[in-house]
Amino acid sequence: MRRYFGRKLLIYGLTFFVAVTVNWMIPRFMPGDPVASMVARANVTKPEAVEAMRAYYTSLFGLDQPLWQQYLNFWGALLRGDFGVSIWLFPTPVSDVITTAVPYTLALIVPSVLLSWVVGNQFGAYAARRKLLDNTVLPVGYVLTAMPYMWLAVLLAWAFGVILGWFPVAGGYSFSMRPNWSGAFLLDLLHHWTLPFLSLFLVALGGWAIGMRNMIIYELESDYSNYLSALGAPSRLIRRYAFRNAVLPQITGLALQLGVLVAGALVTEIVFAYPGLGSLILKAIQNKDFFLLQGTFLFIVLGVLIANFIIDIVYVVVDPRTRAGMAGAQA
Amino acid sequence: MTTLQEVAPREPAGVRREALYFAVRNGKLMAGFGIVLVLLLLGLLGPVLFGGAPNEYGPKPMTPPSAEHWFGTTTFGQDVFLQFVHGLRSTFAVGVIGGGIAAVIGMVVGFVAGYRGGIVDEILNMLTNVILVIPTLAVLLIINAYLGIRSVAVQGLFIGLTQWPWAARAIRAQTFSLRTREFVDLARMSGAGTGRIIAKEIAPNMSSYLFMTFILLFGGAVLIASSLDFIGLGPTEGVSLGLMLQNANQWSALQLGLWWWFVPPGAAITAIVGALYVANVGLDEVFNPKLRET
Repeated sequence: MRRYFGRKLLIYGLTFFVAVTVNWMIPRFMPGDPVASMVARANVTKPEAVEAMRAYYTSLFGLDQPLWQQYLNFWGALLRGDFGVSIWLFPTPVSDVITTAVPYTLALIVPSVLLSWVVGNQFGAYAARRKLLDNTVLPVGYVLTAMPYMWLAVLLAWAFGVILGWFPVAGGYSFSMRPNWSGAFLLDLLHHWTLPFLSLFLVALGGWAIGMRNMIIYELESDYSNYLSALGAPSRLIRRYAFRNAVLPQITGLALQLGVLVAGALVTEIVFAYPGLGSLILKAIQNKDFFLLQGTFLFIVLGVLIANFIIDIVYVVVDPRTRAGMAGAQA
Repeated sequence: MTTLQEVAPREPAGVRREALYFAVRNGKLMAGFGIVLVLLLLGLLGPVLFGGAPNEYGPKPMTPPSAEHWFGTTTFGQDVFLQFVHGLRSTFAVGVIGGGIAAVIGMVVGFVAGYRGGIVDEILNMLTNVILVIPTLAVLLIINAYLGIRSVAVQGLFIGLTQWPWAARAIRAQTFSLRTREFVDLARMSGAGTGRIIAKEIAPNMSSYLFMTFILLFGGAVLIASSLDFIGLGPTEGVSLGLMLQNANQWSALQLGLWWWFVPPGAAITAIVGALYVANVGLDEVFNPKLRET
């Protein structure tokens, strides 16, 4: 088990190192002169902002220093939690801008991912080898999983927001309200949260249902299932065993899908102008706020790594083979 | 191994004919490829048949679908159908370029790691796992944001460079199961090099699997490209289905009720990717006799 976690942590450490290095390299090795173009394209009118930008870029890029020195400086700033200053919301530090947006994204992504995983697995397991259900769940699942996240979001917003008028289609809360902990405000938050949540939930649902269905069919064909049914075990019992085996690859699948799910959340937020990281990225791109963009990137990578590690721990709890040191989960 | 095995080697033509026999009788495969083919033809021929610049402003803004404008017009009077056929082209291009590059890298890494094993495998596997964990869209966002001029080809290139890890992992696992087979040992004894064994002995034995991998990579590339376009990092020139969605969202097509602006591009992406997934299931049934029943 120590080897398992050691290996995982090595991979995550390396990944973070690669991500930071990529983040450092891209502005330096892309064709053209990023400092000049960024200052020019930012269209900042305040002279002190322009000055600060130039100072920040030169100090961060440190073009007079040798490359290795620049690289070390970058890490130093990062470890102090210094991501630079946002240009769009000058002079707020990037870390502050990100911290205000993160709760919204987490509130959207955590429930939708977990619920779609649980419900999708149940659906898929139930539909497998049941003709009628299978013939409906499968096509619906394929359509859902093939949909671009933002398209379903747009369709839901159009149907339930614009035509029926049941839900608001923009923002995290009503403009007339100020964030506080009153019941009315929380209800308003929930009201704005419903549609983005629903669209994330539905797109992810299809993939899990299909995966689980295929897995269950595979397990029901295996020797232990045949043996059990030859012994006269009730099919419910066999299905329960099949489910426990089939759920393991689905946990690995959840880890592999995290990147896609985060991407889905980002574009969904943009559709609903939901004040999370996705809208932040859009603003950063529109305002050429590269510090904000790069800070958000590192933040997302860090979040995905932490989520991966949590899934690894869950895997050890669920699969006894990893605990016994047998090759259960492949790194 | 002393007795000669009496199994007559099946010539490739026979195998191909058998696969074709089951392929044309497989509803999923035919339906899936049919949909993709229709959209592909529309994308290829549409811009030629219906001339005109897709982004040109027209005199009649915000008109619903009519005989003159099949899919209606945008707030700027642009013809949505014209944008749609041009957009299909970019979408297929990005899928082929992105999926193709990812498939090639995935194959090279997977084959070499799976066949060579040992320290080469350790290093390549580590690399694969590292890139697998990094959220793809986030990397693409950073890269594309720094690119001044963006084109469909460059977008496809970077998508290909980031999408290959899962394919490499799958191909590596397949190669593992093939490398200890007798025909591979025989080739090795006869002095064939690594490259030759991979190309002549291993790859042909999993060609169907490789093709299916490419299809999934193609679908993934199309989806991720549409997300990039939607965030505003699409090609700076031209049209794509993702860009159409982005424009519709940016110019409040939703609030103005211009459903003909945002429904067709999303429907086309869903149709292409969904049809490819379904065709993939069909292909699986064609190539894998165990799944053929009924």
